[in-house]
Amino acid sequence: MWDYTEKVKDHFLNPRNVGEIARPDLDATVGNITCGDALRLMVKLDGAKRIAEAKFQTFGCASAIASSDALIEIIKGKTLDEAARITNDDIAAYLGGLPEAKMHCSVMGMEALQKAIAQYRKEPFALETEGKIVCRCFGVTDTLIEKVVREQNLHSVEEVTHFTKAGGGCHGCHPEIEAILARVHGTAAAPPSEPKPRPAAMTNLQRINLIQQVLESEIRPMLQQDGGDVELVDVEGKLVHVAFRGHCAWCPVSDVTLKGAVEAKLRELVDPEIAVQDVGEKLA
Amino acid sequence: MTNVIYLDNNATTAVAPEVRQAMMPFLTELYGNPSSIHTFGGQVGAHVEEARAKLARLLGAHPSEILFTSCGTESDNAAIRSALASQPERHHLVTTRVEHPAVKNLCTYLAQPGPGKPKYRLTELGVDAQGRLDVGAFEAALDDDTAIASVMWANNETGTIFPIEKLGALCRARGILFHTDAVQAVGKVPINVAELPIDLLSLSGHKLHAPKGIGALYIRRGTRFSPLVIGGHQENSRRGGTEAVPLIVALGEAADLARKNMGEENTRVRALRDRIEKGLMATCPDARLNGDPAARLPNTSNISFEYVEGESILLMLDQFGICASSGSACTTGSLEPSHVLRAMGVPYTAAHGSIRFSFSVYNTDAEVDKVLEVLPPIIRRLREISPFGRQKAVQSER
Repeated sequence: MWDYTEKVKDHFLNPRNVGEIARPDLDATVGNITCGDALRLMVKLDGAKRIAEAKFQTFGCASAIASSDALIEIIKGKTLDEAARITNDDIAAYLGGLPEAKMHCSVMGMEALQKAIAQYRKEPFALETEGKIVCRCFGVTDTLIEKVVREQNLHSVEEVTHFTKAGGGCHGCHPEIEAILARVHGTAAAPPSEPKPRPAAMTNLQRINLIQQVLESEIRPMLQQDGGDVELVDVEGKLVHVAFRGHCAWCPVSDVTLKGAVEAKLRELVDPEIAVQDVGEKLA
Repeated sequence: MTNVIYLDNNATTAVAPEVRQAMMPFLTELYGNPSSIHTFGGQVGAHVEEARAKLARLLGAHPSEILFTSCGTESDNAAIRSALASQPERHHLVTTRVEHPAVKNLCTYLAQPGPGKPKYRLTELGVDAQGRLDVGAFEAALDDDTAIASVMWANNETGTIFPIEKLGALCRARGILFHTDAVQAVGKVPINVAELPIDLLSLSGHKLHAPKGIGALYIRRGTRFSPLVIGGHQENSRRGGTEAVPLIVALGEAADLARKNMGEENTRVRALRDRIEKGLMATCPDARLNGDPAARLPNTSNISFEYVEGESILLMLDQFGICASSGSACTTGSLEPSHVLRAMGVPYTAAHGSIRFSFSVYNTDAEVDKVLEVLPPIIRRLREISPFGRQKAVQSER
């Protein structure tokens, strides 16, 4: 089902950094067993406050385990400031890429690291404390969604789901996710599709002109293709008199054409109250 | 891939050698269209009818009651849509929360309001912790507006078997059509529609050691049927499209094989399933069985291992060539774990770590031995990696 790179498979089957640290300087857990993904990250710093040792415990799929292991390989030896700049892209890149639907595993790695650093520095962990929960199925905040949308330049709800899991459960939060996307990209939500705007009160002359235009550009070419034709005879208010010509004149179902093609088109493009009558000499 | 231990037969089955052989003439010299007037084509028609008769025999049906389709999903769609189309005055559907998506998602779609769509009402009955249906609740759900009730014969994930005879009888008493998706049951348990109050029954070839791309729908004689696929006059104008001759012949042969193997399926294969289940429950702590051990298919075992996740279990099994499946969120294609396990109230903690083994007559004792050898260490390994269940001691190897 998933096309995993050799690196993902390697870090899944042979992770280098599973375990615990006796008295860690940093210790944070993100996710939970209900979600299907959880990562506990433990870090020991050296005298110079660099990451000397790091271990992980993960409940999750191959991507989750591989992402956790990759994260630790990346942060070993870094200062906390350097580590704080690690993104989920770095994790995915280290692994040679992750399937799109598994990108949220790399985001979880980044989240655990940031939470651990925030806790160590006794700062609030923005992604959890700020913002409100948008996706109740997976406990995802609008803060996290917005961060990932910006950093990853996401444009669809589906992409947001792939990177954060938000919207992947009951789908009830899709409108809110769409609102976040619109806010980030500065686009207003698309207005509901409206029928073509009809001209407001038209004068008779305007109406007759428009009817002629529609007959010439839309209706006659259509009939001519089948060897038929129609001619405008008169317009009385919203009643249009036409005469069929060519094949239409002797076609037994020309009244279908009258209503279904001629009248319908005029109602659509000129005025919904138009009625059409065939006043031509019936030859059929 | 060599040395595959294939324990995922509820997902699909190997094409039996006898079935492949029976198909070959129709992929080579006998390529005519059964509807043709010339002998070259027409002679093929006789083989189609022979396959129909073989399948009918497996089900206890009359050949005229067998409609060939492209798959189980098409059969399900045909049955339900026909019930609605042929009874336009009825707008109520009754089904369960543990149906296969071919029934479940179709019913959900039909019940959704939409422009130009008729408005249908859906009652989805829940199941208990063992996956069993409350027959009283089913009866209470039926009303004069019910067009059709659809309940699967056996669940694909847990193997739980439903009381089809009772449910069908309740429908029959009220003049309501009863459909059963028997895709997982056909070939595994004996079915005799002549003696059961069933109006429509779906089955699928690739669960029966026939190739993918063929299924069938049993339609009780006298049932009004409105076709799903409209085209030529094939299948007595009930399903347009030139008959899939090689696949139909394959299905007929597979049906004959299923009749021959039914005994073995319920004895030797059942014993393999029982042994793997017993073994795993004994060597792996914090493991639980999902489903009703009393009323289920002989070949299916669904076990949850707590604190670890299904996809990672499967990929480690994959290293040994062992093929199984899981109800975990990572494997369902959505982000939610199996809807069947959730409907059974299996806690998320267990649903994510569920593994399904499903056997066939081609499986052996040696294969069971291999799984019993490698799976417990896999579970141990994943529990070492997991942050959960730490306080529980891990049982030492037997």
